[in-house]
Amino acid sequence: MNKGIDILIIDDEQVIVDAIVKICSLDNYSVDTAINVRTAKEKILKNYYPIIICDIMMPDGDGFQVLDELQKKNIESSIIMTTGYSTVENAVNSLYKGAIDFIPKPFTVDELLSSIYRANKYHKIKEKQKLLSLQKNNDELLYVSGPGKYLRLGYSSWMYQEREGSVLIGVCDLFIKTFESIQEIELQNVEDEIAQGICCASFKSVKDRIHKMLSPISGRIVEVNENLKTNPNLIEKDPYFEGWIYRVIPTNIDYEIKFLIPCSSDRL
Amino acid sequence: MFKKIGFRIIFVVALTSLIIIGVFAYFNVKSQSISLIAEVERHANQLGETVISSTRYDMMLNQRDRIQQTINSIGTQPQIRDVRIINKIGEIIYSSDSTNINRMVDKRAESCYACHAEDKPLEQISITERTRIFRIHPDSNRVLGIITPIYNEKSCWQSDCHAHPENQKVLGVLDVSISLADVDKSILKSEWNIGFFAIVAILGVGLLIGFFVRRWVSLPVNELLGGTKQVSAGNLNYTIKDLGDDEIGKLGQSFNNMTKKLSEARMQLFQSDKMASLGRLAAGVAHEINNPLTGVLTYSSFLLKRTKDNPEFQEDLKVIVRETLRSREIVKSLLDFARQSVPKKNSADINEILDKSIGVIENQLSINKVKIVKQTDAILPKITVDANQIQQVFINLFVNASDAMEKDGGTITVSTRQISVSPFGTAQIKKATCSKRHSLLDNEVKIDGLPSLKVKVRSNGDENIIHIDPVYGKLRNIYTQDYREKRETQYVCPECNISLIEENILCPKCQAPILFFDTGEQGFYEVCSHKGCAWAKWNFVDSAGLKESVEIRISDTGYGISREDISKIFEPFFSTKGQKGNGLGLAVIWGIIDNHNGTINVESEVGKGTTFTIRLPLAQQR
Repeated sequence: MNKGIDILIIDDEQVIVDAIVKICSLDNYSVDTAINVRTAKEKILKNYYPIIICDIMMPDGDGFQVLDELQKKNIESSIIMTTGYSTVENAVNSLYKGAIDFIPKPFTVDELLSSIYRANKYHKIKEKQKLLSLQKNNDELLYVSGPGKYLRLGYSSWMYQEREGSVLIGVCDLFIKTFESIQEIELQNVEDEIAQGICCASFKSVKDRIHKMLSPISGRIVEVNENLKTNPNLIEKDPYFEGWIYRVIPTNIDYEIKFLIPCSSDRL
Repeated sequence: MFKKIGFRIIFVVALTSLIIIGVFAYFNVKSQSISLIAEVERHANQLGETVISSTRYDMMLNQRDRIQQTINSIGTQPQIRDVRIINKIGEIIYSSDSTNINRMVDKRAESCYACHAEDKPLEQISITERTRIFRIHPDSNRVLGIITPIYNEKSCWQSDCHAHPENQKVLGVLDVSISLADVDKSILKSEWNIGFFAIVAILGVGLLIGFFVRRWVSLPVNELLGGTKQVSAGNLNYTIKDLGDDEIGKLGQSFNNMTKKLSEARMQLFQSDKMASLGRLAAGVAHEINNPLTGVLTYSSFLLKRTKDNPEFQEDLKVIVRETLRSREIVKSLLDFARQSVPKKNSADINEILDKSIGVIENQLSINKVKIVKQTDAILPKITVDANQIQQVFINLFVNASDAMEKDGGTITVSTRQISVSPFGTAQIKKATCSKRHSLLDNEVKIDGLPSLKVKVRSNGDENIIHIDPVYGKLRNIYTQDYREKRETQYVCPECNISLIEENILCPKCQAPILFFDTGEQGFYEVCSHKGCAWAKWNFVDSAGLKESVEIRISDTGYGISREDISKIFEPFFSTKGQKGNGLGLAVIWGIIDNHNGTINVESEVGKGTTFTIRLPLAQQR
């Protein structure tokens, strides 16, 4: 890999581009910018960017076109989608189409930085995995995929339909691996409503970085895993079974399940 | 003109009466003239007989001069045109007109034809056959002639002169002709009379019918026509005045009913249209505002990071960041309101939220010389609310209050307390069915924003829908215009017509029948059917006891809200602030409080001030 530029910023608003450039410079990332879909596509083909921060609504097209282009050309950048028109549909659609995160505008410096941090980590894990598979070294596991029956939203959260009609919700191992060591968990309460693509739990890691978990499904929380409060590391140890987070009565599962990906699938 | 119903009816009626009167007049005139002629005929016949019998003696004595004299004197009577005696060979032997004497009469002449039609003369003919009506000249009066045969008698052939042989039957005839001028005149007169009568009658009938058609048909139809024109021009508030109780009157009533329904439907359409445009607006605003907000938020939080060693900057920057984050939540809740999503609720202290809200707006209020007086209850139980949304509600209400103040400022009084609300007058009926499980909730007709209970009322074949207030014990029922309470009135389910009246029990207050609704798990809701009677009973909620709530009252000393405006203030896009407001504030507030299962009420007196009372239940029911 040639040591190129770390981040491509795609946004039609110059103020936002400038702001993101400044924020990225805080963590010493090198950046490139594109102010419309056309230039973005050109730049993607010319150079490889490990991280792409992409706005959804732009004058000559939308950010999903960039996502499609990347997928078509098999470019494995980590994409963070952002938009001022922050609907649940946009968020879920972004994650379904391969983005690793969705940050609604306006965002704070910390929100963006923690997302970039995760994107960077994610990218590194994926690179390493590629390297390992090239070396035919299959013994070393970088992260654990969820069981086959589990469905995930992007790479961050999973859900599992129980027999009783309720749904278990938790975070994927890969998501935890992108920020390492959970220090604090902030959970919602029983009876709270959560919605697909909307933050339902946040994890605090080193340097007070906050990482938001987007709920894979909409519904009402009927049970919170009390063990997590005393032992947050349970999530890291066993994210798919003992480390479940909520038990939820789903409200619109038939529709929302279309945007979820089976955990057995490798694609993002 | 013939296209008007009135004229068509008048035309048909006039034609009918014309035919009836015409036929009647024809037969009337005809029978009258027949009887007149018959009278004249009888008279002439009698005259003939009289002449014969009065001249009989003279004839026996053969005193021709005297006969002539008698005939002359009879002939001078004004109506008698001519009296002649003709002998058997056709010679006129006596005549009142002396020029005719000794002239021969042709047997073929009209006066003779009746008897002499065949070669041998008839001896006996009836009176009608002896009579003839003729004109001497075509333009002279009609004349009636009657022939009276003079028969041979024993005295004639036995007389001395022995003028006539015994075997001769008829000796001659007396021909009397009488002018019909008078008769014709009177017939003509009665023809004229009847014609005149017919015209007057037709005109009268026409006018009378015209008058009533105008009154019963034309005017109401024109009124209806005007109504439809108004409605098609878009004026759905147009009501047709009372047109009586006939079919057209009923049509008018049902027209009014229709326009009322249409106007309600249009209001709903308008409302949903408003909500849809609010959604589009919110989406647009979200996108447009979020980009600049991103600039503000990123730069300010960026600065916050870089000025860690400058506490003075830090404080100010924190305010910017905090308030930008709040703006972000507001934009989000605008989107949420447009999408009517659920609030993010956490346990919170209302007093704390209130303090935070006051902190945000304090500066602005002091610039406007507005004082805030807090009368909060120090110990309030925590309630589950979306703190951001509730703060938004408080700030909005404070801003409204401050906007309503005079230039020299005023006071906003905020009080909080825990209250126990009796379910009577506050509990909302959220489910209501008939005994066959048809839902009676009507989402289309809302009373104070809540879906009402629909009841069909039947009496004497008339059917009406009334809407019962869905709040336990409240009487803001909606009745249709022509709703009348009668002894035989039935209250039934609009879907299956099953009775909604409780059997064998009458209202303890007014003895009227009692309506009852099945509210599912919440037992039965009973309410008196009599308009204006306040009796209602809901055992289930009564037994649940008082509902614990937190009440927040925000009073100002501003202009107040007028009576017309007060019912509209929670509607989206209703604003009295002109260019300053967008009319969304109170609509959003209402949505937020409703999402918290709370209530918001407003009391206001123009010139004195306005009080908003918010009640949030402690236990969040679903």
